[in-house]
Amino acid sequence: MDWYQLWQIISAPDNVPIVGLLVIVPFYTWYGLRQARANDRLIQELEANPELAKTHHRKTFPYKPGWPTEVHVWPYLLRIEFLAAIIVTALLMVWSLTLDAPLEEPANPNLTPNPSKAPWYFVGLQEMLVYFDPWFAGVVLPTLIIIGLMAFPYVDENPLGNGYYTWRQRTVAIGAFLVGFYLWIALIIVGTLMRGPGWMLFWPGQTWDHTRLVYEVNRNLPDIFGITSDWGKGIFGFFAVLLFYLVSGFGIHKLVTRSPLNRKIYERTSLIQYLVFQFFAITILVGLPAKILLRLLFRIKYVWITPWFNI
Amino acid sequence: MERERGNRGGVGVLERVREETQQLRVRLREELEELKQDLREPQRTQLWKSIFRVPHERTTPRNRAIAVLANVFLHLHPARINRDAVRYSYTWGMGGISFYLFIVLTFTGVLLMFYYHPTKVQAFRDILYLEHDVPFGRLLRNMHRWAAHLMVITVWLHMFRVVLTGSYKRPREFNWCVGVILLVLTLLLSFTGYLLPDDQLGFWAVTVGTNMARATPLIGHEGPFGPQLGMTPYNDVRFALLGGSIVDSNALLRAYIWHCIALPLLAAIFMGVHFWRVRKDGGISGPAPVMLESEMRPVRKV
Repeated sequence: MDWYQLWQIISAPDNVPIVGLLVIVPFYTWYGLRQARANDRLIQELEANPELAKTHHRKTFPYKPGWPTEVHVWPYLLRIEFLAAIIVTALLMVWSLTLDAPLEEPANPNLTPNPSKAPWYFVGLQEMLVYFDPWFAGVVLPTLIIIGLMAFPYVDENPLGNGYYTWRQRTVAIGAFLVGFYLWIALIIVGTLMRGPGWMLFWPGQTWDHTRLVYEVNRNLPDIFGITSDWGKGIFGFFAVLLFYLVSGFGIHKLVTRSPLNRKIYERTSLIQYLVFQFFAITILVGLPAKILLRLLFRIKYVWITPWFNI
Repeated sequence: MERERGNRGGVGVLERVREETQQLRVRLREELEELKQDLREPQRTQLWKSIFRVPHERTTPRNRAIAVLANVFLHLHPARINRDAVRYSYTWGMGGISFYLFIVLTFTGVLLMFYYHPTKVQAFRDILYLEHDVPFGRLLRNMHRWAAHLMVITVWLHMFRVVLTGSYKRPREFNWCVGVILLVLTLLLSFTGYLLPDDQLGFWAVTVGTNMARATPLIGHEGPFGPQLGMTPYNDVRFALLGGSIVDSNALLRAYIWHCIALPLLAAIFMGVHFWRVRKDGGISGPAPVMLESEMRPVRKV
């Protein structure tokens, strides 16, 4: 265990946010899901007792009849905002006094640092370069993520859970987002903590060996099946990808129509909405992990090879 | 006659002077008293009234509402909100903190601009100058850097909270899209700022980042169908981003202008829309009373 190596990585000033994320993201997940569980219990109670549902104020917060439902922004909200501003300022001040922003030697195009990494919030995309060609990992994938995020509210036809924490009423939407969000964070952490010289995999605490060679020969899927002609590879790849979309689409379909509530939501969803959801779910939420596993477990580089692009 | 008149005249002048002095003294005392009164209650003064258009010195409900609605900096707030909406547990305060960080970044960023030239000769030296000679220069740069990192995190958490509470649902779908654009702008702002110190860290991070643009389908010279459409390193999308085929002085200038002018302006515009839509869509989404599965209405036919 090379503690010095590990310390060098996590103490790099620009990596501090990532170490922060390791704590912050689990904390806020717990914080949100704890409230979701409390609301879910209340919902269960009210579903079982329709009489209570008529009179209950339907929140987990304390309430007595006659209490005003609203408060004045001045001072009840503004004091919180003011306090938040002070706390953030103090935090920033302490952070800035104790830790200096990094500054390396002057830019030198003739001296490439190894590894040379993107800013931490884009390291996830750089990590995807291991598994996909740049046109996909660097351009198409981010575009798909942005479009997929924007499409999110338009494909979620579930009327429940608007404005309160819940898990049971929105398993599909929250589950899908959590998978994507955690995948993004995980890729950043792998790219930062576990990638050394030559973008080779080093476990946290393993010494970065600049002379290490990895004797791994990557294969393409068509080669394994003994397909040699260009046409054969193109057609084979197309059908392999098609099969993947069909199989994972079927799997996702089974998953999102398992519970009675999810079936009800599914019935409200139009065909276009559902297909858009499926496309993004398969491509981003299943496709990326699938390709990562193919590469790490079976050393497969490309599935679909054409003269113009490879996937 | 002459002397008498003169005498009388002399006495008269003295009298008048004494009289007027007396009057002046009384008036001065009165005005001083008034001034003291004004200082004690500045709300009564013309100066005060000209700045604050409506009186709200008493804490009646009406005045509390006016305090928010009549103030240009506070008017994005409603006068009153749901009693549970002020709970930290619901909003996590991440949207507001992101906005506050944007203000901090604008403030520190403008100060940094006073010391920075976006040229290959000067840029790196300016950073050294900031770090070692400018009073509080290092603190300024540190605050700008860390506030930027923090803003990326708070924006992500804000988005996470909005998903967990289903706040993107009808009628807030469009505002969610505006939020996604703001997320992208936040990342781009941070990314363009990375190059400006012109050190190895920024140079290679931006080189790695923009090299991906070569591979853009159709408009990159190494992307699918790019060469077939006549793309070369000297006319593709990467060339447009860098103002050249390598990360050099033009790229530095372009990054500077995107970072200091174009992107902050865009972000400010989208933020305006974002906040305005929060109000128009009925304020923040909750904490709303829970809805039951048994209350789901049948499918709406458009």
